[in-house]
Amino acid sequence: MSALRYVYAVCRPLDAPLQAELTGIGGAPPALLHHHGLVAVVSTVPEADFGEQALRARLEDLDWLSATARAHQGVIAALSTVTTPLPLRLATVFRDDSGIRAMIEAREDDFRRALDRLEGRVEWGVKVFVEPEPAEPAAAAAAKPASGRDYLRSRRRHSEAHEERWQRAESLARSLHDRLSRHSEDFRMHPAQNPALSGASGQNVLNAAYLVPRAACEEFVELVDRTKDETPGIRVELTGPWAAYSFSGEEA
Amino acid sequence: MTTAGRFPEPYGQSGSGANLADILERVLDKGVVIAGDIKINLLDIELLTIKLRLVVASVDKAKEMGIDWWETDPALSSSARRNELAKENAELRERLERLQELAPGSVPTEEETS
Repeated sequence: MSALRYVYAVCRPLDAPLQAELTGIGGAPPALLHHHGLVAVVSTVPEADFGEQALRARLEDLDWLSATARAHQGVIAALSTVTTPLPLRLATVFRDDSGIRAMIEAREDDFRRALDRLEGRVEWGVKVFVEPEPAEPAAAAAAKPASGRDYLRSRRRHSEAHEERWQRAESLARSLHDRLSRHSEDFRMHPAQNPALSGASGQNVLNAAYLVPRAACEEFVELVDRTKDETPGIRVELTGPWAAYSFSGEEA
Repeated sequence: MTTAGRFPEPYGQSGSGANLADILERVLDKGVVIAGDIKINLLDIELLTIKLRLVVASVDKAKEMGIDWWETDPALSSSARRNELAKENAELRERLERLQELAPGSVPTEEETS
């Protein structure tokens, strides 16, 4: 079976070697392809998985996709400990190294500009959730409303509480975002993650990524941490540091 | 102390242990787009991503929670596509048999067609 070359990222030459035991997609060790003062981080993948037809089918296989995505992210994370990589989108595949060299030549100015812009910076993900409504107190639920009017009154109270919760969440999300964007160089808003299935409880009202210089990370993390207990019923989640995935596309 | 050169300590789980939705959001949607030798229709991936956004923190967790609709969704699962084909085949065979019973002779039986 013939093999293809998978490209994870482009970076500048490394000062320190990659971890010796690092493996990429399909367990293959990533290699460094030097060209024109840049480095493509590559590994060999089987055409049986990454050929055009096969890949289309594979991408629809959630288990395969999740293993591949984790392997891709694993290599990017390892690279991030020794350099500032420019992560490529999943499944960037070439027939051979000469195709990769030609691609570097065609895009080298873009790569250098982006690498300069991102040097020494990481991405943090911040999500805000409205926690699920607490269950109605058992006593209140058990007590039958004395009249239709009582019933309507309790319904109104319930929906007012709900409305208030949402307003609190939105205002917290807005003020948190204001603070975080002042403590970061750039930000991107991502679509909210679906609450029913993302495994996280509550409704996702903010899903943002912030570009932060490494030296400023400690302060950024503390800022998010301080917000965590600020408002009852609202949950703030921090993930990272990630390579600057959300900022490596087009020039901002 | 975080220095300018060091990669900050991970917060929570951002490495390979991170939430699948967070990883997919980045590796499928973000990152530099380069047309390699293997051309994948990005529209296909984006459609898939939209479905995945509806999906999961992790496949295992979803299965634990009893969420497995993608296994029966032909757009997400090759085995679902096979099942659907098999189902369609069975239905067609059944219809053919009914037709044969209703009008013996007018519809060729399997022996006659082969």
